Amino acid sequence: MNRRRLEEFFFQGLMIFSTLVIFLSLVLILLDIFIKGLPAMSLAMLTQGPHGGFYLGKEGGVLNAIVGSTVLAGSATVISFLLSLPVVLYLNVYLKKNSGFGSFVRFSLDVLWGIPSIVFGAFGFTLMLFFGLRASLLGGIIAVSLLVFPIMSRAMDEVLKMVPRELLEISYSLGTTRLEAGLKVVLRQALPGILTAVLIAFGRGIGDAASVIFTAGFSDRVSVSLFRPVATLPLAIFYQLGTPFPEVQNRAYASSLILTMLIVAISVVTRLITRKYRSFIVK
Amino acid sequence: MSFKSHIAVKDLNVSYGKAQALKNVNVEIPDKKITVIIGPSGCGKTTLLKSFNRLIDLADDVSFSGEILVDGVNILEPNAELTAIRKKMGLLSQRPTPLPMSIYDNIAYGPRIHGTKKKKELDKIVEFHLKEVGLWEEVETRLDEPASKLSVGQQQRLCLARGLAVEPEIILGDEPTSALDPISSKRIEEKFLVLKDKYTIVIVTHILRQARRLADYVIFLYFGEVIEQGPAAQIFENPTQELTREYMKGIIS
Repeated sequence: MNRRRLEEFFFQGLMIFSTLVIFLSLVLILLDIFIKGLPAMSLAMLTQGPHGGFYLGKEGGVLNAIVGSTVLAGSATVISFLLSLPVVLYLNVYLKKNSGFGSFVRFSLDVLWGIPSIVFGAFGFTLMLFFGLRASLLGGIIAVSLLVFPIMSRAMDEVLKMVPRELLEISYSLGTTRLEAGLKVVLRQALPGILTAVLIAFGRGIGDAASVIFTAGFSDRVSVSLFRPVATLPLAIFYQLGTPFPEVQNRAYASSLILTMLIVAISVVTRLITRKYRSFIVK
Repeated sequence: MSFKSHIAVKDLNVSYGKAQALKNVNVEIPDKKITVIIGPSGCGKTTLLKSFNRLIDLADDVSFSGEILVDGVNILEPNAELTAIRKKMGLLSQRPTPLPMSIYDNIAYGPRIHGTKKKKELDKIVEFHLKEVGLWEEVETRLDEPASKLSVGQQQRLCLARGLAVEPEIILGDEPTSALDPISSKRIEEKFLVLKDKYTIVIVTHILRQARRLADYVIFLYFGEVIEQGPAAQIFENPTQELTREYMKGIIS
């Protein structure tokens, strides 16, 4: 057999292997969560906050963390979207392709992306001390916004880079400003990719424990308020896994299941809502 | 030679980085006629066309000097009002580029931005311009469908209608039929011949036969320089320059 066919064969094998590794990891993680989490799942887990002795195996649920995580990650996603949008429009509509400043901004965002979330937590905490805030929903929102901003803006940036330049030219030739072209043409064309970017950022934000451990704190109350500590699902999982009681540890898996399902549900719903706009994209 | 000129280019130089794309270009584009810019690929035809509506501004490292007078106003002035200049000129690009929205919204996009908000007025504009390019019967019942679902030939006519909807005075075509099949190309060419009563039309092409069919006035560019310009009959039948003669015979291309 000749060498080129062998190469082809070898690399196809590698591709199949990688696909299997990724797919199996996903299946195994999901199976693990389902098998350990489903038995511990109950209506109370979803509808009640922790009662006294919850972490010792007594009654209650993680509604406090479900509400807290959704509000915290949701707000952080909105804030970082509002920060990312001007950044990526500036990079892709206002700057020229070979702009040195553009590469500098992208490099900075890449570096920020690589910073561990615990550092964002610590940085958020320093900011909070400076402003005299204590562990609170607001503190958590600030830290998570900082954490997901580089992720969202770089992901959006990559999508906007793919928008054909001709669309901009056409819009300009009709006498529009750069802002109008950016908002009405570029964003529409890139909408599915932008959504993916937002969802990736949301998933990262709602799943992160290290950035909220100092900044948001934890609370057993179900109601949330900006200036009081708030519970989050990753920390709820962390605390439950940390107990020596198997039934509480299994509830950690039930909580993971809730977190996973929450992300899946939000992805599916957003995709359904925006399906109509997908068909308008120019290929 | 006497005609009313719509665009006058004086000593235009355009460079991309160190590469000079246009050298001391002096041309006049006659009013309400079809001017065809011919020349081999890479000789600066598109650059010249895109200077007219300042789309060259978008290119990397571009620099230019000279004057382009449109209705007597120099559009290369640093503080020129770009949106107003561009609104005056409809652009047809090489590949049809529908905007990522419905057929209706493609046409209504320009007028909406320039202040027409009423649904009834927009309906009228959309219908009028779709009829103007002969697309109305084909899309009348599916105005809400994505423009990208149209055939390439229909898309190019839609693009023409979209450009006309902002009521320009000039139509710029950058090899507007190069991506189209012969029948669609013919339809576009026929539209140009009708539209020249109302608009000044400038077309870039490297298809000589197309130039012969359309041109009232011809500009021959060769490596960034204007070799010859004049009425179509003169350029095609009696070119004064050796280079033009060779290009017409297909010796250089």
